[in-house]
Amino acid sequence: MTTDEPAEAAKPQVTGRDVLARGARVMWRGIRDEPRRFTIAVVGSCLFGSLVIGQAFVVGEIIEDVVEPALAPGGSVTARALVLSAVALIAMGLGRVLGIFGRRLGAGFMQFALQARYRHEVTGRYLRLPLSWHQRHATGTLLSNANSDVEAAWMPVAPLPFAVGTVFMLIVAVTALFLVDWAMALVGLVVFPVLFVMNVVFSRRMAPRTARAQHLRAEVSAIAHESFDGALVVKTMGREDLETRRFEARAQELRDALVSVGRLRGLFDPLMESLPFLGTLAALVVGAWRLQAGAIDLGQLIQVTFLFTVLAFPVRAIGWVLGDLPRAVAGWDRVERVLQATGEMPYGTGGATGTGPAQLSFQQVHFGYDTGQPVLHNVSFTIPAGRTVALVGPTGSGKSTIATLATRLLDPQHGTVALDGVDVRELSAAALASTVALVPQIAFVFDDTVRGNVALDRPGTDDDRVWQSLTTAQADTFVTRLPEGLDTALGERGTSLSGGQRQRVTLARALAGQPRLLILDDATSAVDPRVEARILASLRGASHAASILVVAYRRATIALADEVIYVEQGRVVAHGTHDELLSTVTGYADLVTAYEKAEAERERDTGYDSDDAASVREEEVAA
Amino acid sequence: MTAQAEPKAQPTGTFRTLRRGLALSPELRAGLAGTVALALVSMVGRAAVPVAIQQGIDKGLSVAGGPDMAVILRIVAITVGILAITTTCGYFMMRRLFTVSETALANLRVRAFRHIHDLSMLHQQSERRGTLVSRVTSDIDTITQFLQWGGVILLVNGGQLVVTTIVMSVYSWKLTLVVLAAFLPAVVVIRAFQKRLGGAYAESRRRIGVMLGAVSESVVGASVIRAYGISERSGAKLSETIDDYQRAQRRAMRLSVTSFSTGEIAAALALSAVVVVGTLLGVDGQISLGELTAYLFLVTLFIQPVQIATEVLNELQNATAGWSRVLDVLQLQPDVADPAHNGVDLPEGPLDVRFDQVSFAYPAGEPGKTGPRVLHEVHLDIPAKTRVAVVGETGSGKTTFAKLLTRLMDPTDGAVHLSGTPLTSVRFGSLRSRVVMVPQDGFLFDASIADNVRFARPDLTDEQLTAAFAELGLLDWVQGLTNGLDTQVGERGEALSVGERQLVALVRAYVADPDLLVLDEATSAVDPATEVRLQRTLDAVTRGRTTVAIAHRLSTAQAADEVIVVDRGVVVQRGPHDELVTHPDSIYAKLYASWLEQTR
Ligand SMILES: Nc1ncnc2c1ncn2[C@@H]1O[C@H](COP(=O)(O)OP(=O)(O)OP(=O)(O)O)[C@@H](O)[C@H]1O
Ligand SMILES: Nc1ncnc2c1ncn2[C@@H]1O[C@H](COP(=O)(O)OP(=O)(O)OP(=O)(O)O)[C@@H](O)[C@H]1O
Ligand SMILES: [Mg+2]
Ligand SMILES: [Mg+2]
Repeated sequence: MTTDEPAEAAKPQVTGRDVLARGARVMWRGIRDEPRRFTIAVVGSCLFGSLVIGQAFVVGEIIEDVVEPALAPGGSVTARALVLSAVALIAMGLGRVLGIFGRRLGAGFMQFALQARYRHEVTGRYLRLPLSWHQRHATGTLLSNANSDVEAAWMPVAPLPFAVGTVFMLIVAVTALFLVDWAMALVGLVVFPVLFVMNVVFSRRMAPRTARAQHLRAEVSAIAHESFDGALVVKTMGREDLETRRFEARAQELRDALVSVGRLRGLFDPLMESLPFLGTLAALVVGAWRLQAGAIDLGQLIQVTFLFTVLAFPVRAIGWVLGDLPRAVAGWDRVERVLQATGEMPYGTGGATGTGPAQLSFQQVHFGYDTGQPVLHNVSFTIPAGRTVALVGPTGSGKSTIATLATRLLDPQHGTVALDGVDVRELSAAALASTVALVPQIAFVFDDTVRGNVALDRPGTDDDRVWQSLTTAQADTFVTRLPEGLDTALGERGTSLSGGQRQRVTLARALAGQPRLLILDDATSAVDPRVEARILASLRGASHAASILVVAYRRATIALADEVIYVEQGRVVAHGTHDELLSTVTGYADLVTAYEKAEAERERDTGYDSDDAASVREEEVAA
Repeated sequence: MTAQAEPKAQPTGTFRTLRRGLALSPELRAGLAGTVALALVSMVGRAAVPVAIQQGIDKGLSVAGGPDMAVILRIVAITVGILAITTTCGYFMMRRLFTVSETALANLRVRAFRHIHDLSMLHQQSERRGTLVSRVTSDIDTITQFLQWGGVILLVNGGQLVVTTIVMSVYSWKLTLVVLAAFLPAVVVIRAFQKRLGGAYAESRRRIGVMLGAVSESVVGASVIRAYGISERSGAKLSETIDDYQRAQRRAMRLSVTSFSTGEIAAALALSAVVVVGTLLGVDGQISLGELTAYLFLVTLFIQPVQIATEVLNELQNATAGWSRVLDVLQLQPDVADPAHNGVDLPEGPLDVRFDQVSFAYPAGEPGKTGPRVLHEVHLDIPAKTRVAVVGETGSGKTTFAKLLTRLMDPTDGAVHLSGTPLTSVRFGSLRSRVVMVPQDGFLFDASIADNVRFARPDLTDEQLTAAFAELGLLDWVQGLTNGLDTQVGERGEALSVGERQLVALVRAYVADPDLLVLDEATSAVDPATEVRLQRTLDAVTRGRTTVAIAHRLSTAQAADEVIVVDRGVVVQRGPHDELVTHPDSIYAKLYASWLEQTR
């Protein structure tokens, strides 16, 4: 990574102070996105809460009206009263079940919907953001943005309606307490706010720790992704130990971060547990005092203490929400970085620039992947419509970069790239894709069938066209031999194919679109000479003639070209026919005659060798 | 394809997974007894409060002459003391639990990571990379999440259940039986649901893997997607995996809520049964008012864990689904296994190669089934110190040959020997240091060029590093880069040109200093002039070792001591180039004619 972005991302941004406000904003966003499910969940939660409180009062009433008289010396009880009590309690239970369904399904579905929605958005951004952005971000990190960060952002949504319901419940409870007795209500007024404040303190202290953990999670994922991506190299070099150590170092850091999260939680959770109990005890003391004063009766006292007991658990739901907020903020920040990433390369609105072969021109193009490190310097050339031009140059001279600019995967820093005289920046995505097709140097095969890979569901790419392209790319023979022909799934990145087979599938993909400009970036390197010859021959005879820009070293390929552009170190050094360049440009001559010269030298060497051998033999004979 | 078939998600039971998991992470049991003891003590606090209320009502409030404040205050003071102790115990319990579980999970993560690397190449390829990554990340995260959140709650509530049951029984064993009877049906129903629920969660974990695979593809293939203007198509495929996952999540959630709402009904049943039976018992004089009240409180404390279970068991299922995916990977036996200490080391000195009637077929579809043979009874010897070129059409089996030679795969039939030692009995430590392959798609790590070369030999000094580049004639090239050896190569090496990547991969293999070097199209993208130069220097520096080079460029074949021609998985010709070209109409002669045509 050459940019400063990851370094900046390495610093967890969440500080304790504003985490609650920011967390609340994230939650608010979630509520706005899913108002219906949220409402269902909150209604369910309130129903549940009311019934929990209701139950406390009902139990109090039952004790006072049914149990106490019954248990009083000489007391009795009617079957009707008992059945009524039982029915009331069971009915409330059923009501609670209803509430639970509403709350849990509402909250769960809301959480899943939010996750899915932001996964759609994040991955949608991935697809829209330009190559230059992708080049700056590790695949593993992007994976974790779409997965664990989105998950983290909406983690508190699950207990959120419960917490909202609990707040409602608390209001009802405190009101109910006031109805019973003001002194008892004051106990509630003290205990519940203290609970809340503790939660706030906790989540503030928690914020930096969870941000760090979330950040490390992404790093662990990035290392794993890279390491599994390069598994073959790791294996062939036997570096499993080294890789494991690299992974372990991060995994241990993550462990430490998680332990520190856990320790804080360990401190906080038991405290949060005990506080409502203290409330219950306080209610007992105050209640006794009020009982003594004759302000309340025993039944009411029991009601109130019972209320504190049943509230103890739901109150913790607030803690869960607040406890997860820091992680949600950390996750959301990382998600938002993707959603707000700029540098998008907007397409223009221009339609197709013509019919028949297209003309490509570079005018004074300057380009560098990183500022300050130019790769192309003042590159100008034109590929006239219908011509085949070979792009030749030593390794690392900028050929692929030119190909990339021509397909507008990147934009030049200066100068213009034009198709039929129209700046590619003015063309719509569809116009570009239907005009130019690039066969990249490294074949990329999708996890799809042969048909899917070649046709890409583009209009007009029916099976006939697919077979035709496969035939031109000399891929028909092996595709016919595949177990399910066109329907054979090729596996992730085409693992079930040989290198040359992959290349031919991508070649067929380009041909199937019947482009007006075909760019072959060394696209036949893993193809045998014989096959390449056949491919080139059929390309020439194709009915849909296209202009062709072909990056090549082989003489036969070059011979097919009308013209050759020779580049060195990002500069167009020469431009002309093969014969012209061969006689005037030494660099070019060295490049394309390298094999011949090598062979000539080898023959000379072996010639000497056999001379030597001959003389040795002569000596032996002489001796 | 075939190899892509995901290993079926095993809808194994929660407890089996937990048992398996505990067996594989014995660290989790470290100090467990102490932790459980602390959990139990911390539970006492919860039971203490209802007892205090009972005592308060019976001894302080319902006494003749009105409430006795002194008694009440004494009872409350004692209870607060107990709460202080139990809260402290709770803190230590959680600390221990987190430390132990996170340590164990970190180890599990690392073990799973290592194990995935130990799996054979084909095993690795049978799963999408996203899925593999999820095994060491999000699958393990589910366990973490559960332990940090639900695990404690479950443990604590398990304790609460036990303690309250005991205290309840002390007050009235008859009522306790009533309560347990009320919960019995719920337990049966929940158990019946567990299996389906487990399956639903396993499915949802599997869906994540598929989703991550799709995300990974659209990120790695970003340039192709853009170049072909198919972001909508890719987006649609991605969306499908995202929606599939969401559907799986919902299904699990529906099952979970349905299953556990039975607990709530049981709670209502229990409470009403206690009221009815308790009152009758009270009338009978078997229980006092204070006791019955306390009992009602206790029932709530008994019910609470069940309510909490509605929140937590959900996570437990999710966690076990994640856990079992990690365990599945760990229990997958590498089919190309390192004989380790049972193995032998390769004999010192240059290595010779012997393929003994080797046939190979790639696995297809279901495990155990194979596709058609791609190599047929290959039988050949490569003497030590020779330079061999392998040529043949695309798809003829050259790479397959190289993978068998380096034991990335084992032959379906026949055997490969190096210097007389069967490859299967060679320790990986010895094999990988003596036999190195440069694969067809050279992969670089996102680090500097120097780091990438050091990957093969971490102890390489800067001087040695520079010397290695110099020996291969690449010093000028690397020094010409803006940052020289410190140039960052980008992800997969993508900040270098393809040819440059191959140069780095080649130097990396070179410094590994193997006795058998296998080059699979190692210079296919390097320009001819550089390639020819490289070839010559490589020949010079690898003299005295055995090299097997696969190449489409026949210049490699011309320079080799011997050429092996593969056609459709059969070795059809072998011999020095000069000799092979003299057989007109032979495959090699045709290849060479075409090569000449192309290069002249
Ligand atoms: N993503 C990138 N970030 C930074 N530098 C890059 C990136 N891609 C290529 N380069 C550099 O730009 C220069 C030109 O690379 P390019 O891929 O265009 O070369 P090429 O002519 O295609 O070479 P080859 O024949 O090896 O494919 C090289 O020096 C390379 O290191
Ligand atoms: N992982 C795999 N699963 C199934 N079939 C495979 C797999 N890898 C290769 N094959 C098939 O085996 C055959 C031989 O492939 P191999 O990669 O050995 O060819 P190759 O000679 O190296 O070709 P190339 O010159 O294109 O690299 C091909 O038909 C290919 O489709
Ligand atoms: Mg290139
Ligand atoms: Mg190959």
